Amino acid sequence: MSSEAKKPQAHSTMPNNKPLFWNDPEKRALFFQALLILAVGGAIWIIVDNTLANLEQRGITTGFDFLSKPAGFGILQSLIEYNEQESYGRTFIVGLLNTLLVSGIGIALATLLGFVIGVARLSHNWLISRLALVYIEIFRNIPLLLQIFFWYFAVLRALPNAKQSLSIGESVFLNIRGLYIPSPVFEAGSSIILIALITGVIASFFVSRWAHKRQDDTGQIFPTTWVNLGLIVGLPVIAFFISGSPVSLEYPELKGFNFRGGITVIPEFLALLVALSIYTAAFIAEIVRSGIQSVHHGQTEAAHALGLPHGRTLKLVIIPQAMRVIIPPLTSQYLNLTKNSSLATAIGYPDLVSVFAGTTLNQTGQAVEIIFITMAVYLLISLLISVFMNWYNKRMSLVER
Amino acid sequence: MKKIGSVAAAAAVALTFSVQSHSATLDTVKERGYLQCGVSTGLPGFSNPDDKGNWQGLDVDVCRAVAAAALGDASKVKYVPLNAKERFTALQSGEIDMLSRNTTWTLTRDTTLGLNFTGVSYYDGQGFMVSKKLGVSSALELDGATVCIQAGTTTELNLADYFRQNNMTYQPVVFDTSDQTVQGFEAGRCDVLTSDQSQLYALRIKLADPSSAMVLPEVISKEPLGPSVRQGDDQWFNLVKWSLFAAVTAEEMGLTSANVDQMKNSDNPDVKRFTGAEGDFGKALGVNNDWAYQIVKQVGNYGEIFERNVGANTPLGIARGLNALWSKGGLQYAPPMR
Repeated sequence: MSSEAKKPQAHSTMPNNKPLFWNDPEKRALFFQALLILAVGGAIWIIVDNTLANLEQRGITTGFDFLSKPAGFGILQSLIEYNEQESYGRTFIVGLLNTLLVSGIGIALATLLGFVIGVARLSHNWLISRLALVYIEIFRNIPLLLQIFFWYFAVLRALPNAKQSLSIGESVFLNIRGLYIPSPVFEAGSSIILIALITGVIASFFVSRWAHKRQDDTGQIFPTTWVNLGLIVGLPVIAFFISGSPVSLEYPELKGFNFRGGITVIPEFLALLVALSIYTAAFIAEIVRSGIQSVHHGQTEAAHALGLPHGRTLKLVIIPQAMRVIIPPLTSQYLNLTKNSSLATAIGYPDLVSVFAGTTLNQTGQAVEIIFITMAVYLLISLLISVFMNWYNKRMSLVER
Repeated sequence: MKKIGSVAAAAAVALTFSVQSHSATLDTVKERGYLQCGVSTGLPGFSNPDDKGNWQGLDVDVCRAVAAAALGDASKVKYVPLNAKERFTALQSGEIDMLSRNTTWTLTRDTTLGLNFTGVSYYDGQGFMVSKKLGVSSALELDGATVCIQAGTTTELNLADYFRQNNMTYQPVVFDTSDQTVQGFEAGRCDVLTSDQSQLYALRIKLADPSSAMVLPEVISKEPLGPSVRQGDDQWFNLVKWSLFAAVTAEEMGLTSANVDQMKNSDNPDVKRFTGAEGDFGKALGVNNDWAYQIVKQVGNYGEIFERNVGANTPLGIARGLNALWSKGGLQYAPPMR
């Protein structure tokens, strides 16, 4: 528009006729935008400068040097090697991994549970649909923190002590200190199982492609799912027995105060995981229900009229359309779950907030830097989840021809 | 909740303009009419609300002594309960005027946190509490134990050092408040509860059956607990420092809340200077000359404070030990008031 408006001036013979810059809307807009950027930049500079001046004046150490200093405190659960001599930077990694662990498993469980409950909510069976409704209404309407306390203090604290553990076949133990399960020990020659697994995955990929092509050419349907399952599970199992079972189990044993050996799942993790999954699943169930209901019943009837059986109608007609409605709100539930995992600090699960923004902050006293890093990390995790879900959403969206 | 607190405190540091931090804390307190004092979230004997909601304890009495000196009225204190993680940010950001919350004086805290410790109100050391059922009689038998501990304390560091030195392993279960650590200990989530010994005695009373637990004899660290103030305000630093010294000096001179009115009229020049009848000590500190008299009259001397809150006749029943006057074999010592 504005370039059209300028044209007559360009043809003008009078050079003085060129408008002054405050009369030119384009330049004026540019000027005000520059002014705004300057003002915002200035405000940020004043805040940062003022913070630094205040911190210095109060004799509070600033900077990120503390990250390389030895931490000197222990952490209950760590996915990587950690001891008291490691640095504060290492405590950050340990906390971050613990956050990612509980969020990742929580997202998977909540999705699974949410889809099951969401479908159950639409069941024609009166009892099942009512049970799903009760589940959704109870868990959606109680604050998450209370649910975490419930699982931790009411359920897991009621378990017996180490000497009276509940056990399954003397290999899995459950007591107030956590869940103890046997851990696999990979001995020499166990790499053949891994090779078999990779071969199975690659083979199933080619089987799928071949089956797709055959269906396109001849219209015949190949039972891909079962064949692939057989390849991915069967091949490693055969390899396991052929190579003389090179994987053994290390069983937890009661020694001194606690069980040792095997894998320990601490009760703080269990409580947080269960609470997060169950709470978020209630929301996901509602999202799934609305997604399925958004697909008009006429679609099902049309598919049946074409002769598609019920299972294929669901897989090829209903779910792809429902997913388009489901994915965007599902993304925000994933983000919520990840951010809610920071409530871990209330029950002592060593996540990022508890370890880094808790103990490390207190031992170093560098609140501004640590809170800044922590907020930036949550922002980054959220953005990564959004990017992934947006990509998936685009893949699932309606292809218009 | 804790996270919000830290964020708010960080934001407060970021947004407080330099002008405000120049203003003297003493003037602010006088203008406001009451003292804002950071205490624990509930530790019997040190800072704990009674059944009527009034805060009581040794740390609370230090706050009251400062209020008596600064405002002439020991009751003009607003207590801000803080957990171990929040305490320093609350002081740094100016949310409280002073911190009197069983806090250990260490070099790191004195130098990097922007605060100054004003003295030692209680000499303590870290110990271990175990259930009697465990059958353990020494801390050296604790290899492989699960230990309940409060987040953000020197205790966390001492524990790690102690187990490392003795080649033992342990699992730390870290909670935000001391109440949660007691609950965890009681439920059996951990074998051992570790904290400063005074706290262990205090926390033991909170158990459903206090006689089921015992405190092990080992003391693994020095824990001098004392009040702290922000760095860079020497006048306020002096007043908080000398409020505690005044309580100790009063005990040395035999002044108690009961006899201070009587002794005020004595001819003893030391007492005259102390009560403000002679000299200008109060003026030098920026408060009324009868400041020390008000501390003793309203709060009592150090011995009275100790006996009232944690001494032999209280549920804690702690002996004076290291906290006796220097003249009686302890460590409590005040520089001369002259």
